[in-house]
Amino acid sequence: MSIGSSMKILALVMTWAAAFASAQTSGFPRTAAGKPDLNGIWQANNTANWDLLAHGSAPGPVSSLGAVGAVPPGEGVVDGGVIPYLPAAVAQQKENLKRRWTDDPELKCYMPGVPRATYMPYPFQIVQGANTILITYAFAGAVRTVRMGNPGKSPSDSWMGWSVGRWEGDTLVIDVTSFNDQTWFDRAGNFHSDALHVVERYTPRSANVLNYEATIEDPKTFFRPWKISMPLYRHVEANAHLLEFQCIEYAEDLIYGHLRHKDGDSNKQGESK
Amino acid sequence: MTLRLIGIFALAAAFAGAAQTQAPSKSPASAKAASPAPAASKGVPRAADGHPDLSGIWTNVTITPLERPRELAGKEFFTPQEAVEYEKTHVRNRDDRDAIKGTNADVTNAYNDFWWDSGTKVVKTRRTSIIVDPPDGRIPALTLHRQSQLRATADARRARCTRPGCGLENNGQPGPADGPEDRPLMERCLSFGNAAPMLPTAYNNNYEIVQTPGFVGIDVEMVHQMRRIPLDGSPHVASNVRLWVGDSRGRWEGDTLVIDTTNFTPDTSFRGSDENLHLIERLTRIDADTILYRFTIDDPTAFTKPWTGEIPFVKASGPLYEYACHEGNLGMTGILAGARADEKKAAENAAKKGAN
Repeated sequence: MSIGSSMKILALVMTWAAAFASAQTSGFPRTAAGKPDLNGIWQANNTANWDLLAHGSAPGPVSSLGAVGAVPPGEGVVDGGVIPYLPAAVAQQKENLKRRWTDDPELKCYMPGVPRATYMPYPFQIVQGANTILITYAFAGAVRTVRMGNPGKSPSDSWMGWSVGRWEGDTLVIDVTSFNDQTWFDRAGNFHSDALHVVERYTPRSANVLNYEATIEDPKTFFRPWKISMPLYRHVEANAHLLEFQCIEYAEDLIYGHLRHKDGDSNKQGESK
Repeated sequence: MTLRLIGIFALAAAFAGAAQTQAPSKSPASAKAASPAPAASKGVPRAADGHPDLSGIWTNVTITPLERPRELAGKEFFTPQEAVEYEKTHVRNRDDRDAIKGTNADVTNAYNDFWWDSGTKVVKTRRTSIIVDPPDGRIPALTLHRQSQLRATADARRARCTRPGCGLENNGQPGPADGPEDRPLMERCLSFGNAAPMLPTAYNNNYEIVQTPGFVGIDVEMVHQMRRIPLDGSPHVASNVRLWVGDSRGRWEGDTLVIDTTNFTPDTSFRGSDENLHLIERLTRIDADTILYRFTIDDPTAFTKPWTGEIPFVKASGPLYEYACHEGNLGMTGILAGARADEKKAAENAAKKGAN
């Protein structure tokens, strides 16, 4: 065997090895169809739900809760560290921040929208079928259907949006539109309008880790698109299951408390449980 | 595909799942479930792992009642002609509601046929009831213990209804409205009682099934209740963990997906069931357009014997809508504000009387 042909074989082997490593993304499981198998229970592990931007610690709303409810610090998940608000939106975000303990839709157990559902401090589960992917979230029982290919136009606006998926190599790309303007991005009052358009990218990073990116576009609120990114971790404990956190019961007093019968507090279930 | 705005109902008696005591059945029904589910035919679509493919959007909308009407006693199936007659009569009776237009009853009913989407056809098997066992098609009697428990609950509610502000519940009965906890689960958007077991209700009778080798997810369009069904052979969660749709585990028995569900909340009562309900569901894809769905209610503390129903799920076009019930629950605000207004009015009237 000549040196030349040995080199050729070596080059070929190296090419294969590189292709193999890339395709396998360090042991990430694959479906029968050869796509990354995202089936499983996932969770972010950061403080983005408190504030997408870098933030120091801060007191919670109820001093009797002490450290519970206080805001932990975080380095932020926004690329470049700036959310490009239009001038009017800057003022609105500041107003939202002031009213964070009364106006954040999370308090009311409302479906959190996208991308917030991804980085709330609760797990979510991806159920990856051949043509349809369900993403079910523990919080508020929120669920969204990701329709692969070209499912047509959204029939109506919604809290969790209209999700259309496609594969770009090993990345699941989900284009989400048709939102209402009722959700926030975090507990710091970062917000959007009903012109929100989110492009999410889920890319295998290692066997149990995904890279998550969401590009956020909303010409009524931001003067340019911006991006957040973070890893998502698979729950690897044996028999991990997603238990629904049905929080409606715990938000009823907040929402309807002012309409109670004045002696009706004895009927409050939350007190006795 | 149906588009229903978020709403809360003044009247949905048929769907309330109210606790009612049942007359004991006279038929000598066996305690075990009726005949086993049929095998999937060879031609049904299959997933990559070889199991029948249940994925897709399905509906179980039908006018066939859960229990066989008394006048159809002894008749398990309609003939094709009888089915057509039954459908005609049913739709005609429903349309008669227009006769109450402009009356107080019209307003109290709140919804007319524009809102309901409970179908116009009997099930394609032409059964006269969804219940197939006991053979009389009726829910078996509640246990004495459960009867007295439910009676006590109902009495306690009635006792709290002595002053103004006690409104009509959506089963048409008066019920207290001191706070949201007083109101039925439907009005609180917690459950419409159609997710476990999966049975047709007022509208949005659509289900999206996504099937993977290790897990089956069923998105129930009605208030986006989610059935999560791991096929991992793991035990149920600890018995102190209680969930609105219970804790499900699935397994394949031949071509049938069998789902066992336990750990329901004490409030998730289906036709009188309690927190000990063990729900067994069987899904068999029998042809390109149909999943035959069977469920058995096994709850020895609530019912004197288990009972089983069967209903076909038929392919639907979709897509499913997002039913954001709680997020738009202005109904609850209206119910409570109305109760407070009634109280205020009664107090004012009493004061006037006193002054006179």
